[in-house]
Formats: sequence, C-alpha cells, structure tokens
Amino acid sequence: MTESAGNKNEDCHAANGVKPGRNGMVKNHHHHHQYQKQEKVYNAACNGELYSRPFIESFEETPMLVAVLTYMGYGILTIFGYLRDFMREWKIEKCHIAREREEQKDFVPLYQDFENFYTRNLYMRIRDSWNRPICSVPGATFDLVERSSNDYNWTFEYTGRVVKDVINLGSYNYLGFAENTGACATAAGEATVKFGVGVASTRQEIGNLNRHEELEKLTASFLGVESAMAFGMGFATNSMNIPALAGKGCLILSDELNHASLVLGARLSGSTIRVFKHNNMQSLEKLLRDAIAHGQPRTHRPWKKILILVEGIYSMEGSIIRLPEVIALKKKYKAYLYLDEAHSIGALGRSGRGVVEYFGLDPKDVDVMMGTFTKSFGAAGGYIGGRKDLIDYLRSHSHSAIYAISMSLPVVEQIITSMKCIMGMDGTTIGRSRIQRLAENTVYFRRRLREMGFIIYGNNDSPVVPMMLYMPAKIGAFGREMLKRNIGVVVVGFPATPIIESRARFCISAAHTKEMLDRALDVISEVGDLLQLKYSRRKVLPSLDRPFDETTYEENEE
Amino acid sequence: MASGQQWVLVEMVQAFYEAPAYHLILEGILILWIIRLLFSKTYKLQERSDLTEKEKEELIEEWQPEPLVPSVSKDHPSLNYDVVTGPPSHKIIVNGKECINFASFNFLGLLDNERVKLKALSSLKKYGVGTCGPRGFYGTFDVHLELEERLAKFMRTEEAIIYSYGFATIASAIPAYSKRGDIIFVDEAACFSIQKGLQASRSFIKYFKHNDMEDLERLLKEQEIEDQKNPRKARVIRRFIVVEGLYINTADICPLPELVKLKYKYKVRIFLEESMSFGVLGEHGRGVTEHFGVNIDDIDLISANMENAVASIGGFCCGRSFVIDHQRLSGQGYCFSASLPPMLATAAIEALNIMEEDPGIFRVLRDKCKHVHKALQGTPGLKVVGEPFAPALHLQLENSTGSRTNDLKLLRAIVDYSLDRQIALTLARYLEKEERFLPPPSIRVVVTVEQTQEEIEKAAQCIREAALKILK
Repeated sequence: MTESAGNKNEDCHAANGVKPGRNGMVKNHHHHHQYQKQEKVYNAACNGELYSRPFIESFEETPMLVAVLTYMGYGILTIFGYLRDFMREWKIEKCHIAREREEQKDFVPLYQDFENFYTRNLYMRIRDSWNRPICSVPGATFDLVERSSNDYNWTFEYTGRVVKDVINLGSYNYLGFAENTGACATAAGEATVKFGVGVASTRQEIGNLNRHEELEKLTASFLGVESAMAFGMGFATNSMNIPALAGKGCLILSDELNHASLVLGARLSGSTIRVFKHNNMQSLEKLLRDAIAHGQPRTHRPWKKILILVEGIYSMEGSIIRLPEVIALKKKYKAYLYLDEAHSIGALGRSGRGVVEYFGLDPKDVDVMMGTFTKSFGAAGGYIGGRKDLIDYLRSHSHSAIYAISMSLPVVEQIITSMKCIMGMDGTTIGRSRIQRLAENTVYFRRRLREMGFIIYGNNDSPVVPMMLYMPAKIGAFGREMLKRNIGVVVVGFPATPIIESRARFCISAAHTKEMLDRALDVISEVGDLLQLKYSRRKVLPSLDRPFDETTYEENEE
Repeated sequence: MASGQQWVLVEMVQAFYEAPAYHLILEGILILWIIRLLFSKTYKLQERSDLTEKEKEELIEEWQPEPLVPSVSKDHPSLNYDVVTGPPSHKIIVNGKECINFASFNFLGLLDNERVKLKALSSLKKYGVGTCGPRGFYGTFDVHLELEERLAKFMRTEEAIIYSYGFATIASAIPAYSKRGDIIFVDEAACFSIQKGLQASRSFIKYFKHNDMEDLERLLKEQEIEDQKNPRKARVIRRFIVVEGLYINTADICPLPELVKLKYKYKVRIFLEESMSFGVLGEHGRGVTEHFGVNIDDIDLISANMENAVASIGGFCCGRSFVIDHQRLSGQGYCFSASLPPMLATAAIEALNIMEEDPGIFRVLRDKCKHVHKALQGTPGLKVVGEPFAPALHLQLENSTGSRTNDLKLLRAIVDYSLDRQIALTLARYLEKEERFLPPPSIRVVVTVEQTQEEIEKAAQCIREAALKILK
C-alpha cells in the first residue's frame, strides 16, 4: 500500500469510456484532475504496481435513448399486465394459472397477488428462452428437445423432434470436460460399475471413502494450499460452510453482486452483513475502516473478525475481482478473505489455477479458497481449500460433513481425472492446451464482438461474455432468433440483472473451434443487425485481422 | 374586484408602517425561529463519533481479530473419519476390515443393484457426468423431466421438482413460501436441514413438543387469539406446520391424521419431510401418507431425498402444481445451483422402476425392521429408540454418565468393538452447538433388505456382548 499510487494508474484503468460509478477506480480516472485531492481516500484503489498484468475491464455506459426506451418498454408491459389481470379477473381472458384447492380457499393465500405479477405478465411471455431441455452432452454443441406452446408459454408440448447440433454458448463448460468419451468418462464409468452412484451416508458417519480423501489431497495440491475438503453441491459449499466460519459478533463484507449462495451463507451465519459496491475498492476500504473504528453497532465492542466475500469471476458481469488490491486491503486491515472461484477455477491462469494464479499471487494470502467442480471440471460439487487448521475445523464442524450425503463416486472420479489432466499428471499436454485454447477463444470472441459494435461487459480475459440487450422485448427475441439459427445462448433479465441491463451471456469453452466461434459471431452479428443491438458508441478499429493463433495467451502476459 | 384587492394591499403596507418597532422585531425573530425549526434536526440520528484520521489509524492498528477458526485438537472425536474402501454396499470395508453394513441408509439395497448401475452407465455414455449449468440455462436434461414426471406419478401428485442435493431440498423449499412475518409451527425433533430452512425463511418459528398434538394445538389456539386481536394482519400471515414423516433423530413417526385435522381446523398448511419414510413406509413405498391412508392432496408439500432408499443423489418436492411450480423460480437451491448429473437422475428412475415393479420389497424391509427391533431389545445398558418399522433406529444409553463426551466415548467403544467383529455401525453425528434441540448420543442401526436373518442375529449378539463388556 503506497501513497504514490497515482503515477501508475495507467495500468489499471479501463480501456475506453467506462460506466462511471460501477467501478471506483475508473471513475477516478475520469476525474483525473481531482486525483491529487482524493489521493488519501483512493490510495488503495489504484495500485497499478500491484498488478502483474494489464487489467482491462469495461462497462460502457447505457446510451440515454436506450435507457429511456427500455423504461418505456417496461412501462407498456406493466400497463398491459394490469389490463390482462383485469381481464382475467372478469373472466374475459382464459386464465392458465394453477389454482388453490377448493378445500383450502379460505386459507391465507400462499402467494400475495402482486408477488407473481412479474412472472405472470412479463416472464411468461418469453419463458421459452429458459429451461430449454437438452438431450446430449452439454459440450461445444448439443441437441435440444424441441418444444412448442399453444397457449403463449403457459404449457409446453414436446414435438418429439430433436434440434441437432446447436452450438452451445450457454453451458459453463470452460475447459470442455463435459464429455461422454475419453479418460474422464471412462474413469467415471469404472467407478459406476464398482461403487454404484450413491453413498447413502455422510462423511462423518460411514460415507467417507478413500476416493473422497484422494480427491481432497489432489485438490489441495492443485490449489497450492495445505489442505482441502470437497462437498457434494457447489451452492451448499457456500451456504453450509460460511456459517461455520463466522457467527454473531462477526462482520461479513460482501460484494453487491455476490452469488445467492454466498448471500444465503452469510445470512445463515448470523453475522452482520455489509455490502460494498461491485469490485469497488474504495467502497470496501471505507467499510473496513469504519467497521474497525466504530466496532459493532450499538454495543461498540470490537468485531470478533471480519470476513470479506468475493468471487473470482462474476458470472453476470464478466468482471474479474481486483484481487491484488483486495489482498492488500485484507492484510492492512487484518480481515479474512473468502474467495469463491466458481467460474474462475480452471478458466483463468496459465495452468488453470484460477484468479490467484492469473494475478501471480500467493494462494496463502487467500484464507478460504472456495470453488466448484461443476464448471471447468464438468462434474458437480464444490471444495474449500486453505490452511490445515481451517480444513480440520471444517471437517469437524461443516454442516455438509455431518448432515449431507457424501459425493457420488462417479462424480469424484470425473473430477480426479479432469484435474489430473489439467495438471498434466496424465502425461499429456491436453489440459495445458485446453487452457490456452480457452484464453485464445475468449480474447478472440470478445474482440470480434466489440468490433461489431456490441456493448460487452467485463474483463478482457473473462470467458463469461455478457452482451447488452437492454430492452425486455429483445431478451426473448434474441434468444429465439439465435435458436432459429441453431445457436443456444443464455439471456438474462430482471431480477438477475438491474432492470434496464438485460443481457445475453455467452460462455466460451475450450471445446469451441474457430469455425464454431466464427459461425456464432456471424449469426450474432446478423441477429444484432436485425434487432438493432449494436449499441456501442465507441470507436473500435477492426484490428488488421491478425492470424488467429497470434492472439496468444503469452502475448497477453506482457 | 381588482380595485378591492389593491385597497387591501395598500392597507397592509400602511399597517406595516404604523406598527411599532418592537412588534416588527418580535415577528422577525419568530419567523427566523420557524425557519430554524424547519431546517434543523431536533434529534440526533446517531451519536456521531468524530474520530480523527489519526485516531482511526490507531484503532485500526490496535484491533486484533480472533483467528478465522478455533484450533481443533488432533483427537477431536469427529475429526478422524472412518475410512471406507470399496463400495459402501451390503459388505463394506471400514478401516480395512470387511463388515456387514448396519450403518448406510441403503434401505432397499439399490446402491449396488446391477440394473441401476447399468442404466447409470448408459446414461453416462450419453450425457457425460456434469450438467455445466443450472436448470434455467441449458441444465435441464430430458432425464430430469422424466424423473420429475415419474416421481409425481409414483407419489400420485400433480407435480414434482428435483434438487441436486438432498440437504438443500427442504432447506430451499421452506423459504420459497414462508417469508418474514409468516409463522411456522415445527416439531422440536425436526432435522437439521429443516432447521436451516426455517432460519433462511426469517419467519417466526414456534416449536412444539415432539409429536405432542396437544402442545401444537395450544400454540395454534394462542395464535388464533392473537389473530382475533388483529384480523387485518392475520389475513396475510401465512402459517405452516413442518414435520417429518419418520424422524431421523428419533426414528418415530408423526401422527399425520391428527395433523391433517388440525390443518383444516386452524387453516395451516403442512410441509412433510419424508427422507426416512419415502420408499420405506406404505404398501407401495409412498411414505407416511400411504402408511396412514391419508389423502396426499391434504399435504401441501412433501419433500424427500433420493439418497437413502433410492440410493442416488439429490432430493425432490412433490405436491400440487399450484404449490410446487412456485419453486421453479423461488427455490434457491433449484434456481442457483447446477442441476443433478443426468446419470444420477437415470439411476433414480431405474430405482423407481424397481420399486414399482416389486412392491414386495417394502414388506421385506418392514419385516427386517421388526426383526432388528426385536433382536435389539434387552441389550443390557442400551435402549432401542424408534418404531418397530423404522429402518434407522437409535441405541441410546439407559443410564447416562452425566457427560456427553463420556457417553459418546462409551458408545464409540461399542461401535469399535462391533467393527472388529465385522459389524459396521456408526454414531449418529450432530453439530452439538448448532442443533436447536440436541438429541441424546446414540448409535445408529440401519436396516436394509439385504441383511439376512443370521446377520441380524449376529449383529444383535455382537452389540449385546459389547454392551456387557463396555458398559459394566
């Protein structure tokens, strides 16, 4: 932490015009002339020298006209919603909503009427963009079960046909380990034959198999930590272990965009929770300073401990945590750091060891290394890694270890095999080349989208690529038009995002070939023109079409 | 009209000139006072601590946090797990010794069923292992839909919804319906995942004594009186009774018919957790509703895991679409978690096939349960806790030593003695500080259909010997 932060801020500001307020440091750059005055407050924020690599992250501001039109869109939808509710009330329109049983009509209603207004009148119109059933491996391409609706999405019918070979830009299959052939599937198959799929007991009772322990040893060595523990569900890894780490009299500082599982875990812990602005280090530092100086509310006793909860890659923003600064702050203020690498493990770093490796940091500086096996490893479950005393405590006090059935053995084998592959322990370079491929694909895909004039959120190196749609009608339209052209994408709107920031999200995979990405990009561009999605007002000069292979990971490192 | 107004104005100005100075000064002061009152805060929102930066720095320097976790002693009873090598099926290798399994919840022996394994394997060959996404984002597989349909059909309900983790099922379902301000009546013996669901819901929780319907009715009546005081509020407070079918902590059954009567009398909804009774009780294994012959539509929500009798992974909720469908957008563990690996769903479907094809399996299990229950009676120093038809019984000390740690040591000694003699048992584990009502220490004895007459006799004999030796 130095006072001379200002002179190196070129390294850490965003590349182009950036949404102010989203990101403390960037705002700082915009008001550069004020910098000298604010140096004291912001000194932790812009520590260029903490970064070993350029940190290029952008959130282009929503164009004013688009914002106005988006609000208008919601306004019209709401008015129509009320109108249709009125018609349903008077039985002019046929009502598809499931009804309470006659016997229970005089019970207190299970749902408040307004609770489901949004679901009934907005979500239902575009419900076909979600929960699309698939019937193959969720790999680079997948097969979708075709469905149709005769009652405006209230119910679906399966036509019996299958939409074949849809390019998959939706699954979190970062390293392409969602496979039904190859080493992982073979190992999982052998485990199925030998062990069956269930375990039927908890870790502490009689469900602790030596394979679980081996997985944990391997995970620990992969992460570069003393010890690790694995859990059967990624969501529950957060929600069932945070309560073991913090309790009454503790303070949890949580990023505003943290995943629901972190929020639930924090809530279940009974600690005081305060929220800082997304990836905003000034906001975090201010909370830390005030918390320590003022102590607990009312009693003013000092906090027992402070736990900072952050994620490696934010799955809706595509942003990467400013980990070097978070670690500097955590050290300065003696707080503990809980890092959720659900999306970053395997997907970032030269050898896939996540955001810690990406920034060239020491895993020992992160107190709790949490992550999931669902994404990069193509399996299920989660882990926590850290010092031996932490893991020993969790082994004896984690809710999961005591009350939840242990991990299925085929799943364990899938993880062990894929992790060994990533680490190169299988004697091949498959893992390494996949990591490199993912990094290349990511950079290429993001660059091309920007050149086409879309507004793309997040970090240049993040394989999660949110593309802004803004208007509610375009959520459904984009999802449908893409599927028509055989490309499966994820679209998200409120409440997963702020109301006007509806977006499509692409997840890049190492399994995608250049041809697939090019085809997807062409289609995105075509649909983008059709739906007028090229909102960006930045001038991005198309780079002189360098050969694909030159956009390598190494080049980025410099 | 205009001239009249003008005249008033002139008069006012005139009056102003004529007024004495002290009057004007007084009025001026009064006006200033009003302005001050309007713009000043009359109370302090919070005691402002005007710490200087230096003072802050000192406080920050001074503050010493507690360690992230307290240290755990090396011989903490729950730190060193028993290690199982090989499949955790009927014959299980614990710490290197092959034993007969009386500890895994594999009631129907489906864990190493060849049919289930083959189906799982073929599913693996089609879909791979992971789903790489939540249900909403391409994590819904055709087998998930099939499993949901099959579960609904099996339970004879309108709809079912699956979760990828048994523990998360009821823990997510409760807060999907019950919110801040609502009231949940819950049995004291409710399992830990129910307790977590209650906590996540932030509702008002009222515990009634275990299986004590009078106590529950007393609470319901109290609430009725409360409602009469404020009928407007009462019209929006949702209320629920949360009970387990067979309690995992006490191995006894909830009095469901009485609960249903109370439900209609006091207009409370019932959520029923059936992890221990699904695939166990009833002629077709549908659980407590079938056991008592209660109409399943009278239960608002039934949840169970697929990790015990079904011997796969995950859990499900079933009931009427009006209730269940809500979880597809509001069940946190459903929306925000990766979906169940398809091969595990396929395994569950095959397990349901087996259960549907041969309902005799439930009678076999019931007979075995009765047999074990009977065989364990009269063990010196130990009492059998649980119904004769419960597949997971508890053996508790007749006379506690007065200290939980010592009790646990004694029971652990019995478990170790049995392990040495090829009977795998386990202690029932709890988080002692977190449980709302901590059950007494016990050994868990699990019955499965695969245990033979001789094995049951042998186990009972072994426990008897151990008790004689250790508890004397």
